[in-house]
Amino acid sequence: MKSLNAQKNNLSDTHNQIEILENGPSGNFKLIPFKQKLIETDLFPLKPTGINIFQINVGKMCNQVCKHCHVDAGPDRKEIMTIETMQQCLEALKNNPQLQTVDLTGGAPEMNPNFKWFVEEIKKLERHIIVRCNLTIILANKKFNYLPDFFKENNIEVVSSLPFYTQSRTDSQRGDGVFNESIKALQLLNDTGYGIEGSNLILNLVYNPAGAFLPASQTALEKEYKDALLQQFNIRFNNLFTITNLPISRYLDYLIRSGNYEKYMEKLVSAYNPIAAANVMCRNTISISWDGFLYDCDFNQMLDLKVSSKGKHISQFDIPTLNERNIVVNQHCYGCTSGAGSSCGGAVT
Amino acid sequence: MGDQYYNPEDLKKFGNIGEFQKNLADKFFSYYGEVFNDSELTAREKSLIALAVAHAVQCPYCIDAYSTDAYEKGWSEGQMMEAVHVAAAIRGGATLVHGVQMMNKVKEIKM
Repeated sequence: MKSLNAQKNNLSDTHNQIEILENGPSGNFKLIPFKQKLIETDLFPLKPTGINIFQINVGKMCNQVCKHCHVDAGPDRKEIMTIETMQQCLEALKNNPQLQTVDLTGGAPEMNPNFKWFVEEIKKLERHIIVRCNLTIILANKKFNYLPDFFKENNIEVVSSLPFYTQSRTDSQRGDGVFNESIKALQLLNDTGYGIEGSNLILNLVYNPAGAFLPASQTALEKEYKDALLQQFNIRFNNLFTITNLPISRYLDYLIRSGNYEKYMEKLVSAYNPIAAANVMCRNTISISWDGFLYDCDFNQMLDLKVSSKGKHISQFDIPTLNERNIVVNQHCYGCTSGAGSSCGGAVT
Repeated sequence: MGDQYYNPEDLKKFGNIGEFQKNLADKFFSYYGEVFNDSELTAREKSLIALAVAHAVQCPYCIDAYSTDAYEKGWSEGQMMEAVHVAAAIRGGATLVHGVQMMNKVKEIKM
């Protein structure tokens, strides 16, 4: 499977995605604008509560091609962060000690040739580091087998996608063979101490629905996962984050092709939860793209909706100015505000 | 009234039954919500029961709602179909067990 970008799919142009989100694939499917929902619930304009999470997307290159990927990542994506942009990120971190958490994502962030160096440099600044590891990368090539020990040495929090604890659901979303490789990688992480009580090595898993439906209760699913993974594979982990799929990129393509787009969007809108809206992650996070531009979140980044602020690049990073900005919203934002809400750290209520 | 008895769009209007009788609707929905909470049975287990019952009572709205709900809650396709078979077995059994009544009656009246 190729990325939408490599297929030259209509949706690889972000303008087309936004047009669909606003008017539907047919051009005449209108939903209540997200902005109006925010107005009705006294949340507009949506403002930051203070940035303390610095999320860096170090590139779109990935060893997997998942059907729901909002990044449209894959082996055919060559966009990766350069060492110069990484240095600019380090400079921003150095100047802003309130950025306590650095969240590294991709693609597979480990595929960036400067990943190891970058992590070590961030560690010198004494920040908490999260790596969004897709698990299979650890076993994809011998050169990545060092990862579990490297994560441990740097006390990195590992957050890994495992869409379900059964092979059929996981492989249907992430590709044939991914489940078995993910299980092996989780066992290696457990052997290193990750997810084991008392080790202080945090291993969190991410659930996202393999289809056109919303996540069930995070607490209930976590229990299901823990019981099933322990019983069947002797795997332990810390927490499960349930994440709602946002109608962006490949997941948007899936929704349209499967005829689920309208129903899915109606479901998101009808499940709008003002408490979740008040707790969305874009209020305390800033997202940096592989080429150094600033976004309210990774989803806005993939729609190329840059921050509504004077400085839009890491070279102009200024927290007081960014804390004054209005967060850019559009119809995809319903994905973070439905039901119990959704963020990179799971449910928000 | 449309030109068909069942319309998928009507499922979204379920909450509107309160328009004609608010008090009873409020009580029903409050009860309904309480029934499906985690308790001695989990919400997940209750969802599978609801799916089976939906088939037994042949309610297309309920089948629509609880097929999604049960799948969202992590039941597999095979488990969901087994639940439908439980409903079918009970319905079939309910018909057949009345065969005893039929037999009793025939034995009562025949020479």
